[in-house]
Amino acid sequence: MSSIDFSWLIGGPQGSGVESGANVFSKVCAELGYQVFGKREFHSNIKGEHSYFTVRISDQLIHSNVNDVTLMISFDAETIFRHYDEVLSGGGIIYDSDLEKITTDSVHTLDNFFRERLHKELETKNKPFTIAGVLEIAKEKGVHLFPVSFKNILANLAEETENPRLKNMVRMFNVIGVSLSLGLIKMPPKSLLESIDSIFYKKPQIAEINKLAANYSYNYATSTFIDFPFTLPGIEKQSDTILVQGHQGTSIGKMVSGCRFQSYYPITPASDESVFLESHEILEINNDRPGSTIVIQTEDEISAMGMMIGSALTGTRSSTSTSGPGFALMAEAIGWAGMNEVPIVLTLYQRSGPSTGLPTRHGQDDLLFAVAGSFGDFPKIVYASGDIEESFYDTGRCFNYSDVYQLPVIHMMDKFLSSSVVTCKMFDPQKITINRGKLLDKIEGEYKRFALTTDGISPRSSLGLDNGIFWNTGDESDEYGHITEDPQMRIKMMDKRMSKLDLILKQVPVEEQIVSNGIHDYTIISWGSTKGPILDALKTLKKEGIEIGFIQVKMIHPFPEEIVKSLIKNVKTIIDIEANHSGQLGKIFKQNVAREIDYFILKYSGRGMTSTEIYDSLKKILQNKANKREVLEHGA
Amino acid sequence: MALKLADYKTTVHNDWCPGCGDFGIVNALQMALAEMGIERDKAAIFSGIGCSGKTSHFINTYGIHTLHGRVLTFAQGGKLANPEMTVVAVGGDGDGLGIGAGHFVAAGRRNIDMTYIIFDNGVYGLTKGQASPTLRLGEKTKSLPSPNTNFNVNPIGLAVASGFTFVARAYSYDVRHLKDLIVKAVQHKGLSFLDVLQPCPTYNDINTRDWYAGEDLAKEAADRHSRIYKLEETHFDPVVHYDDDTEVNEKLAQALIKSLEWGNKIPTGIFYKNETISPFSARLTDKIPNYLENPPAKQKISKDSLPITDVSKLLDSLKV
Ligand SMILES: Cc1ncc(C[n+]2csc(CCOP(=O)(O)OP(=O)(O)O)c2C)c(N)n1
Ligand code: SF4
Ligand SMILES: [Mg+2]
Repeated sequence: MSSIDFSWLIGGPQGSGVESGANVFSKVCAELGYQVFGKREFHSNIKGEHSYFTVRISDQLIHSNVNDVTLMISFDAETIFRHYDEVLSGGGIIYDSDLEKITTDSVHTLDNFFRERLHKELETKNKPFTIAGVLEIAKEKGVHLFPVSFKNILANLAEETENPRLKNMVRMFNVIGVSLSLGLIKMPPKSLLESIDSIFYKKPQIAEINKLAANYSYNYATSTFIDFPFTLPGIEKQSDTILVQGHQGTSIGKMVSGCRFQSYYPITPASDESVFLESHEILEINNDRPGSTIVIQTEDEISAMGMMIGSALTGTRSSTSTSGPGFALMAEAIGWAGMNEVPIVLTLYQRSGPSTGLPTRHGQDDLLFAVAGSFGDFPKIVYASGDIEESFYDTGRCFNYSDVYQLPVIHMMDKFLSSSVVTCKMFDPQKITINRGKLLDKIEGEYKRFALTTDGISPRSSLGLDNGIFWNTGDESDEYGHITEDPQMRIKMMDKRMSKLDLILKQVPVEEQIVSNGIHDYTIISWGSTKGPILDALKTLKKEGIEIGFIQVKMIHPFPEEIVKSLIKNVKTIIDIEANHSGQLGKIFKQNVAREIDYFILKYSGRGMTSTEIYDSLKKILQNKANKREVLEHGA
Repeated sequence: MALKLADYKTTVHNDWCPGCGDFGIVNALQMALAEMGIERDKAAIFSGIGCSGKTSHFINTYGIHTLHGRVLTFAQGGKLANPEMTVVAVGGDGDGLGIGAGHFVAAGRRNIDMTYIIFDNGVYGLTKGQASPTLRLGEKTKSLPSPNTNFNVNPIGLAVASGFTFVARAYSYDVRHLKDLIVKAVQHKGLSFLDVLQPCPTYNDINTRDWYAGEDLAKEAADRHSRIYKLEETHFDPVVHYDDDTEVNEKLAQALIKSLEWGNKIPTGIFYKNETISPFSARLTDKIPNYLENPPAKQKISKDSLPITDVSKLLDSLKV
């Protein structure tokens, strides 16, 4: 049985419903048993700029996008100009035939850099600078073209239903596009209609109109479009599958882990998580009255950090969620939390820096900053999740680490993860454990918050606990928490705090620190969201009989030096894969393991890696044709 | 056993300069806590960074000495998560009106039920006397190389404009009056602000004890009067009595105008008090009905190390 691997792309101006269209498509595919990996790309803009969504579907587990698009649906010219060349030979483009005459110059959201590249291409191929021109290129390559006038669809629909208002409902172009696509690949329409119902459940009238349009377009496609080799009628559904959005792993993880306070300042791509938490602020608790998460939108990230610490001091599991610029503002207070041994979880949804960088694009640029950010020596944990499913369970781990070792934990996430929509196995809350470490619920006798203990961790009181009075200060302090500048006490307190780093490496189970996906002559070392595309690329290579190892580092600070050293003992070639310019994990690796990285596969265009790109680069490495730094470029 | 004043004092060595106005404030705060009989482990003093920031170490309650300018953020987080606590935030004028001014404004808008006291000495004490935001334009303290080039911020006016619902001023050497105002501020339902005029004998040679006492106002002792006077001894009524725009606006405007009085006559006492504005906890209970009975710090989150939060409905909605 040959496996199904189908990629669908929808594009359009921001605000035109591309995302909801893609969500419907993803949902329908998932309902029909397929595995889904969807990813959104968008500008730092609210209305008008180009955004697109790629949804890859398969009957096998998939973890990434590929370069090739099997079917593209476009109701605006820009999508065609930007993506026509991604559609593979034998694939298809459904497009609005009213766009054919549009010239590149009339689409003002096409930036000059892109326009020039496109003009050059059209010139060499001797084509006019129009939609018709680019489509000719696609056709010559073997792409099936499916023109359809979206305006006519609306007009016919208006006539058939005797509802002239429908004629101008261009807002339904997305639903029409999705329905045409589903009709073309012969996906049963039942779940399409259900999806529309569930999206518009608050507006039944709108739902009805959309369903009419959906039915009409679906039937139009099945009766009019011929000659498309791909049909996806559905397969047997896997039980216990969910379709999740990128931020839902950490947010539901926070609810389950008992996080009851989240402060935040709005920033892409982190705030979706906080908004989700606030939307579900009242929590059901087994055999108890309802609980709640207090979500506070603060005046800035400094305040978010301060409030989170204040809340954590009361014994409440507390967190914040931010991205690079906000994280930078939090740096001073992270040190305060380290100094005062306050358990906090900071979820860091990275994007492309430096500065505002590419505000809505992907990057793994902040690893070194997360490890080293804030002055002075103090212990913290930097922990990275590889995918959305992991991020759910990792959130539970991060809270446990923070409580057990009484320190700040920075949970590394990124834009690639946050703007993905994927099918995965149902989250199992009972696989999350809750360990609050030395948090006290009763104190008798004299209490010293920073008592010097053999393991470096002192029993912890919280604000309001009877007899548990303590002091905190950012200054060096004695065991009570009062300021001291005594050199001997300073040494003791420094040693106490810093000793936690060794303890962590000793106590945290190896498989929580490092995930080894096999070790071979060629072995990849990587972290975070590159996991998905790497796994998919390795799978393809394996089918060809090529085995490459892959070490996914989750515990990045403190760095599990000994484990990594022993894993790579016999490895001949180390390949570091990261979405940043300087190979930040590579630097940490070299520093700790005292060994050079042989090859870097890096991407810093702001777009996520595809498995195709990684596959191609690995192939080049194996053939000895690669540069030391392979820089990836795919993606509009 | 009833708590005595001594119970609120720690034995931590106090290293403020002799004669510093801060002593009066810490004494008044301890007296106020004792008078209200607040359990020591149900009170938390949060402090900023500066000479004033050390205050939390001298008081025998929970004491959180935070970061420069950030005291209000920590304090609000603590109060929100455990609303049972009596929370008092203290800090310098530089701390609260310079580096922390954004938090000052934002805190006013929230109106969380706690108290904020600014030690207003006109200088950055701990960094050796640079101009603080309350020092007046053109003034040159002995610690400044040249006269101050910035206009001063008006703490009372800013508090009133930001939404603080209790706004008062006190003088650190009038400890009894200060203590009374602290009690009123703590008992106020909502965010209360106290601007405490605090002489810094080491760096501020303009607003000295003698200056406040009016020593310079007349040659003859008999003709002198203290610059400080008490609003409650005048006909000034700071209270918003009913929830009505005209009433509120009048009281706000009156507070602002009063706050501009400076020079030979300096008002202390309550400038503005408005309990018709909902405290933040009420805004939370509107959407989370059991917030106060079951706040974050009191919630059970696990049983036998397993989570007890039931997200099954949410997960079912994601099921395909
Ligand atoms: C972020 C930061 N910047 C600067 C400082 C240095 N600093 C310590 S205290 C202080 C000013 C204190 O003045 P104020 O807040 O008025 O308190 P006072 O000492 O007068 O009581 C400054 C600037 C610091 N601790 N942190
Ligand atoms: S410098 Fe001024 S404020 Fe600081 S302790 Fe000395 S007198 Fe007090
Ligand atoms: Mg000051």
